[in-house]
Amino acid sequence: MPNQLPLGESAGARRQVLTLFAHPSANRSEVNRPMAEAAAALEGVTFVDLYAEYPTFEIDVDREQARLLAHDVICFQHPLYWYSTPALLKEWQDLVLEYGFAYGTGGTALRGKLFFDALTAGGPEAAYCSQGYNHFTIRELLQPLEQTAALCGMIYLPPFALFGARTAVEEGRLNRHVGDWVRLLEALRDGRVDIARASDLPRLNEHLDALIAPPPRAAVGT
Amino acid sequence: MDGFLFHAFVYLCAAVIAVPVAKRLGLGSVLGYLIAGIMIGPVLNIVGSETEQLQHFAELGVVLMLFLIGLELQPRVLWQMRTSLLGLGGLQVFATVALTTAIALLLVDWRSALAIGLVLSLSSTAIVLQTFEEKGLARTDGGRAGLSVLLFQDIAVIPMLALIPLLALPEVIGTGVAETGSGHGPGGGADAGMSLVAGLQGWAYALVVLAAVAAVVFGGHFLTRPLFRFIAASRLREIFTAAALLLVLGIALLMTLVDLSPALGTFLAGVVLADSEFRHELESDIEPFKGLLLGLFFITVGAGIDFGVLSASLFVVLGLTLGIIVLKGSVLFALANLFRLPVGDRWLFTLALAQAGEFGFVLLGFSLQNQVLPPELAKVLNLVVALSMLLTPVLFIVYDRLILPRLSGGDQPDADEIDEQGAVVIAGIGRFGQVVNRTLVAAGVRTVVLDHDAAAVERMRRIGIRSYFGDACRPDLLRSAGIEEAAAIVIAIDDRDRAVELAEYMRREHPRVHLVARAHDMDHLYLLRKAGVDMAVREVFESSLEAGSAILRTLGVHPYQAEKMVRAFRRHDQESLEQLYELWDENLEMSKNVAMLERVRARTASEHDALSRDRADLHDRSERGWTPPPKGYADDLGS
Repeated sequence: MPNQLPLGESAGARRQVLTLFAHPSANRSEVNRPMAEAAAALEGVTFVDLYAEYPTFEIDVDREQARLLAHDVICFQHPLYWYSTPALLKEWQDLVLEYGFAYGTGGTALRGKLFFDALTAGGPEAAYCSQGYNHFTIRELLQPLEQTAALCGMIYLPPFALFGARTAVEEGRLNRHVGDWVRLLEALRDGRVDIARASDLPRLNEHLDALIAPPPRAAVGT
Repeated sequence: MDGFLFHAFVYLCAAVIAVPVAKRLGLGSVLGYLIAGIMIGPVLNIVGSETEQLQHFAELGVVLMLFLIGLELQPRVLWQMRTSLLGLGGLQVFATVALTTAIALLLVDWRSALAIGLVLSLSSTAIVLQTFEEKGLARTDGGRAGLSVLLFQDIAVIPMLALIPLLALPEVIGTGVAETGSGHGPGGGADAGMSLVAGLQGWAYALVVLAAVAAVVFGGHFLTRPLFRFIAASRLREIFTAAALLLVLGIALLMTLVDLSPALGTFLAGVVLADSEFRHELESDIEPFKGLLLGLFFITVGAGIDFGVLSASLFVVLGLTLGIIVLKGSVLFALANLFRLPVGDRWLFTLALAQAGEFGFVLLGFSLQNQVLPPELAKVLNLVVALSMLLTPVLFIVYDRLILPRLSGGDQPDADEIDEQGAVVIAGIGRFGQVVNRTLVAAGVRTVVLDHDAAAVERMRRIGIRSYFGDACRPDLLRSAGIEEAAAIVIAIDDRDRAVELAEYMRREHPRVHLVARAHDMDHLYLLRKAGVDMAVREVFESSLEAGSAILRTLGVHPYQAEKMVRAFRRHDQESLEQLYELWDENLEMSKNVAMLERVRARTASEHDALSRDRADLHDRSERGWTPPPKGYADDLGS
């Protein structure tokens, strides 16, 4: 695969980032829409609004696989629906991550690519732990995605998550979150993220400053 | 006849040369007409005394214009304007009359002074509204406020005409008699001899006036529709145009007979007809007459400027003209502030209405006739009125070039005030157009529906769908339906060839408007596609697919499987359409196009193939991704 990146040795190398956005009622979105608009405006980041491209759920498998091949970092962006992705993004996984393409015999197309999930959750952060009403941390709940990435040979990064998303605007947390989002996408694009260190974290956005090297060329993994 | 041909030639020639040049120079058409008039009148002396008669005839243009403006204003909108009409309009007239009279009192007798005040308080409906329309300002706050004031002035002319005879000056009596007949009611027909109400008592006159207005309102509402429907059924376009003109002229005549303003009467008729399905057809029929007559009117204003008087008292005339513009402008600006118009609109309102107007000529003539003003003074005032009208386009240029650029920075939120944009025009309200229209309306999109079948339009209106009578292929009708601001048009007319022609016309003249067309069959689809439509839809394709899917389910195919087959079929068919388009030849009948037939056969075969394979081994594209991996695949995954 021409786009495979050796782990941890890609300092400064430019990566192509693909953001697959899934929101069935984006017109009512308060957090995901500003995030989507920010991502769409970034140079070097391909932004795809899945519900806009496939309103009837008729996903063009060839086109989506070509997109995956052309990018090095794959990111899902969506609100958390029943501890998972919205239906179209699940349909996308069912159709696009084919046997022989993404996994199984000859299925090596995605090997070495980075994968992470950017989600917004309605519940407060306190709910996402063993004592909270959701009983599991967000990283635990997203284990199906983590394992999907693993089976496809991708490098899984922990989720970039916003809790209490329904009140983020009122509580003035939106700007910071969108700012972090842009910073993360840019750093991934420019190869400035400490992948090894990030892999073990519960969430990406908790330690963003420690994970991202400053913009002028600096080595990953310092 | 020769004289008529010659004059017609001169006037048309002057207009055809001067107006496009003026427009190109950014001066606007009104100034172009005025300059044309000055050239053929006082400068070159090609035309002479007949301009005055022509002017009375040309005032019909103002009447037609007010009819058209009425058509744009539904009664509801007019009612919303009542505050600005009475408040702004009333205060403008009273304040201007009071101030002008007070200043004139320093020089002349109070009776003459009041007459001067009345003459100069009126603005030029013709110039202002024509310019608003040309510059797209009619629907801004400033434009609406201007219209309110002009309408009030049109109403105020009537009591003014009644007041002037009471102001007769004893010392002027006998000197002004020679001038009688030079000025009448606007609309050019209010000879004293034609009045039906000359000798009536006050209360009887009031009754007659009420009856006339009631006749216009009720006649317009109840009689015109059956009449127009009857005429529309005859499919004779020129008779419809004749009927439209007859309607407007008839009302103008009725109003003149009872000493009311014909412009006001036709305006009222316009408002009554604003909700009618014939609105757009009437608009596009009357529009050219209005345009030409107004143009003629402006030319006669230019031609009527008396250079003899002007050079004799140049500074007096110029001083008075500038003085009256400043005075009227100050009153207008104060009112605009009082009524809290948006900042940019205040200036527009002030500069647009600061001139004296054509009704001023009428009042001047009438004053002269009634010995209220001495002839020398009347001549000077005539010139002042004409010059102030001549300067109006210049004031609009000041607004455009000096004031607007300065405001554009901080004035952003006010831009939304221009309403009614981005609508969708639906050409043809048959079975296809109806469903499209209902979908859009239900989604909150504003639509304008056009159909050339008056009976169909009537049926639609009965169930509450706003639609208008007229042939959607006519450029002028499309324009009055608002095609220039429309976001999209749906071509759903039954006539195949005309649908293609309309598509070609739209691409050529309005390339910005999104074009969706209904195709009768594949050949039609390709013709529309070649004409440049953004999307052509085969009218029965989707419904046939749905029927096919229903049959499949009946035959025991799992519903989701049936759905997937239909989707696969649709995709395959779309590919076929693309491929066949390359082989399609407009001039060759499809049944004789050998290459195309060959491809059709091949595509039909692969269609069959795709779906039968789908049934046999579940490895068609429609099954992809839901197909389970090979048996035993999991054994390798752990390694």
